[in-house]
Amino acid sequence: MTDRQDYSARDWRSHPPYAFAGYGSTALRAPARPLVPLAHTLSELTGPVYGHAAVAPLDDDLTRNAAKDGEPLGERIIVTGRVLDDRGRPVPETLVEIWQANAAGRYLHARDTHLAPLDPNFTGAGRCVTDADGRYTFTTIRPGAYPWRNHANAWRPPHIHFSLFGPTFVTRLVTQMFFHGDPLLALDPIFNAVPDAAARERLVARFSIDVTRPEWALGYEFDIVLRGPAATPTET
Amino acid sequence: MPQTPSQTVGPFFHLALAPDAPGVTPIAGNVLAGPQTRGERITVEGRVLDGAGVPVDDALIELWQANAAGRYAHPDDDRDAVALDPAFSGFGRAATGADGSFRFETVKPGRVPGRGNTLQAPHLNLVVLARGLLSHLFTRLYFADEAEANDEDPVLAAVDPSRRHTLLAARDGTAQPPVYRLDIRLQGPDETVFFDA
Repeated sequence: MTDRQDYSARDWRSHPPYAFAGYGSTALRAPARPLVPLAHTLSELTGPVYGHAAVAPLDDDLTRNAAKDGEPLGERIIVTGRVLDDRGRPVPETLVEIWQANAAGRYLHARDTHLAPLDPNFTGAGRCVTDADGRYTFTTIRPGAYPWRNHANAWRPPHIHFSLFGPTFVTRLVTQMFFHGDPLLALDPIFNAVPDAAARERLVARFSIDVTRPEWALGYEFDIVLRGPAATPTET
Repeated sequence: MPQTPSQTVGPFFHLALAPDAPGVTPIAGNVLAGPQTRGERITVEGRVLDGAGVPVDDALIELWQANAAGRYAHPDDDRDAVALDPAFSGFGRAATGADGSFRFETVKPGRVPGRGNTLQAPHLNLVVLARGLLSHLFTRLYFADEAEANDEDPVLAAVDPSRRHTLLAARDGTAQPPVYRLDIRLQGPDETVFFDA
């Protein structure tokens, strides 16, 4: 059969370890045994395909996709970026799904017990598909910080959850986007579980006056780099 | 270029990845097999358990599989001799319930090639996401009643024999459709084999 390319390995200098003492929920959930290496087969080198047909026109605008009788409260923002592979090539036609708290720091979720108001015009979920250049764009509301019970007086820094497939099952990535200059970042064990300072910076969106739309919304740029085909083709 | 680090999916992923509100259409749910899908219908069930044996009630299981003939619905699986099934995408998502359980309604996959001249046993490719998992986990589900194929499977062969049973789902043929059961243990003496895929 055709030669296929393996994908690059997960770079464990970039990704957090499973067990991280500062993040309490890892204690009983992190596998204790080493991962078993798996050479890629057709099972790993294929994956779910969701193109433009999977998304509706308003899915990428969280300020409108759940609006009932007005606009959601908070600071309107535009978040855009390119999805690239680790050789710098765009990843076109890939699904990007996001979810987040509202401006008050509250999720529309039964398990969120934070005493902050829900917003009747905001669900906090969106999705889109990257264009030929790998670019995605969302319009949303800047999420608020919220408390959690990981340690005394623990607060999650404002963040947006991102979920991406990429072209295969092994390019899957679920991550979080943070905001530049946030004082809570230094205190957040989830962010700081990423071992390398430069890698942590790659989770922080950059304010951009070029993305900012006059009289409308502040703009942020957040590029996402997925695993890509390895340099050397191998026979499968 | 360096990869973007993974972060936990957290406890609130249902909003986007497993929505159940009216009017919100999920891209994928836990029913993969429709009325037109070809192949043997099966139910796959299990629980996700933490290191203390406590059910994980906020995990998301993602499933990727070949169709009943053994072909993936993906452009890079270009083996035209094996038929695609227009009524089967091969991808599903299931959020765990209060008892840590998940369930898929699907078809048993056919065999797909492995590396070199090998053939893999029928299997489901799984991703596990949860609060407390800073990166997702890859694992596989094999079918215990496929003993012969399992013996030839190159991926199972690379797993320590004492741990292989953590990937083998037992068949309950008394149910209709038959149920395959496999628990996913994140930690502990019977920890599931997770792959660095």
